[in-house]
Amino acid sequence: MSEAKRNIPPRYRGPFSHIFSGRAHTVVLRSLYALKTSAWYIVLSGFFEPLFYLLAFGLGVGKLIDGVTGPAGQPIAYAAFIAPALLATSAMNGAFYDSTWNVYFKMRFARLYEGMLATSLGPMDVALGEIVYALLRGLVYSTGFLIVMYAMGLVLSPWGFLAVPAALVIAFGFSACGMAVTSYLKNFQEMDWLNFVMLPMFLFSATLYPITVYPPAIQLLVKALPLWHGVELIRHLTIGPPGMAVLGHLAYYAVMIAVGLTFTTRRLTKLFMS
Amino acid sequence: MNNNDEIMIRAEALTKKYGEFTAVDGINFSVKKGESFGLLGPNGAGKSTTMRMIAAVSKRSGGELTILGKDPDRDGPDIRAHLGVVPQTDNLDTEIKVKDNLYVYGRYFGLPGKFLREKSRDLLEFAQLTEKADAKVDTLSGGMKRRLTIARALINEPDILLLDEPTTGLDPQARHILWDRLFRLKEEGVTQVITTHYMDEAEQLCDRLIVIDQGKIMAEGSPAELIQRYSSREVAELRFGSDRNATAADKLADLGDRMEILPDRILIYADNGEAVLEAVASRGFKPLTSLVRRSSLEDVFLRLTGRSLVE
Repeated sequence: MSEAKRNIPPRYRGPFSHIFSGRAHTVVLRSLYALKTSAWYIVLSGFFEPLFYLLAFGLGVGKLIDGVTGPAGQPIAYAAFIAPALLATSAMNGAFYDSTWNVYFKMRFARLYEGMLATSLGPMDVALGEIVYALLRGLVYSTGFLIVMYAMGLVLSPWGFLAVPAALVIAFGFSACGMAVTSYLKNFQEMDWLNFVMLPMFLFSATLYPITVYPPAIQLLVKALPLWHGVELIRHLTIGPPGMAVLGHLAYYAVMIAVGLTFTTRRLTKLFMS
Repeated sequence: MNNNDEIMIRAEALTKKYGEFTAVDGINFSVKKGESFGLLGPNGAGKSTTMRMIAAVSKRSGGELTILGKDPDRDGPDIRAHLGVVPQTDNLDTEIKVKDNLYVYGRYFGLPGKFLREKSRDLLEFAQLTEKADAKVDTLSGGMKRRLTIARALINEPDILLLDEPTTGLDPQARHILWDRLFRLKEEGVTQVITTHYMDEAEQLCDRLIVIDQGKIMAEGSPAELIQRYSSREVAELRFGSDRNATAADKLADLGDRMEILPDRILIYADNGEAVLEAVASRGFKPLTSLVRRSSLEDVFLRLTGRSLVE
């Protein structure tokens, strides 16, 4: 009977060790097992959605548009202008969907987290594990999308390959915040409000046209939105040239990640461990 | 370590408040190694709240609680590493297979994959679910899910197994299978803490128990001790029909040691129940039905609180 215990590897002992045991990867593993039983076409849909947008708007609507310029004022094709925005949006949507609807279901109906937290996992393991899994999915989608962009000749900068890690940063920010918000929601009606926020954010964050079409006051408002920072971040990388602004956008996401993780962990602790 | 008097759980003045409401009101108890310890009480008595505090997932509001020598406020993950938890409502992972429920759960504890594959096989056998290894959880019956939950709770070879209402909602046959499994674990020396509102379950499974009502401990002892202390050896149950029970009770009040008048029947406590029935007949009373049975924990609870366990 005692053989098992001898084999338990020592757990993490640093700061936060009362809510974190250093085993977030086992929560990721669980999601991979769940993926085996889920419908593959639902998983794939996350890849095709931005691709359809790119074809319809980039190639279709793009035929009617010229005079588009990149961050340094260089003339570029309309498709090359919106492709990075679509990459940022798909990173946002994938991460946000996973961390809101899926997390809500697991939290309220499947009682999954209750089971996890009865083990030596802490709430921070659960939060991190769920977010990292959402990022893995995001990694697959954004890599696929970037390959399509390369194939269509829409990556104009040698720094374009960095769009994948950048998309992961965007996804991390949105899933950390998404999970935090979800943990406060009490029913599906409230969940619907999230869509009400996300769709306008996609349409108005200077995704399909440059921010200069807005009057200065509105421009400030748009620049406060998280998606705008994601769109600009990736545009700098795929169109170029990447300037110091990239650091500013990254800092915005660093704050989102920190705030989201803090509230998620705090809330999971309150919901399941108080 | 193998000293049988080793204390696994110690609670002193343990209290849990939710706002103004006191769910657990300063209770004291301790659980020894290898013991099956029961918390018996009606719904809402504070059993599950106590259980959650022992499981190190609910913070106490006051008092002291030591589990495996550690304080759950500080060492939650370390304590939980050595607990097996069977919650009141099944929370199996319905998105993964039956056998993966055991394997993945073991990974949460940081156990290595090679050990877990072997261990899950053994536990599926123990839970009589070997043939369901590749099935989806949703296809299992209530009893099977319960057994899988218990198997899952054993994956880390816990020092203490916590069972919250283990057989609530199961049919009699499924209950007996489950009791048999729990009894085997007890024989293997696994310490168990069981909450229940079924007195037959408490009598079957518990070496020692506390009777809880409204967050307070009403009595403590082995089932036999409690029955001896708070009840008579036998009980005569008489039914005269609901409108006639009270009048009959008036005239029979001197029989036996004690009498309880319930809405549907009269209970007369005595060492010899048959003698009570004879005395009732000799006074010219003809109950619609009558029976003599041994005292149970239900009678203890009735004596202590004036109420039935299951309402």
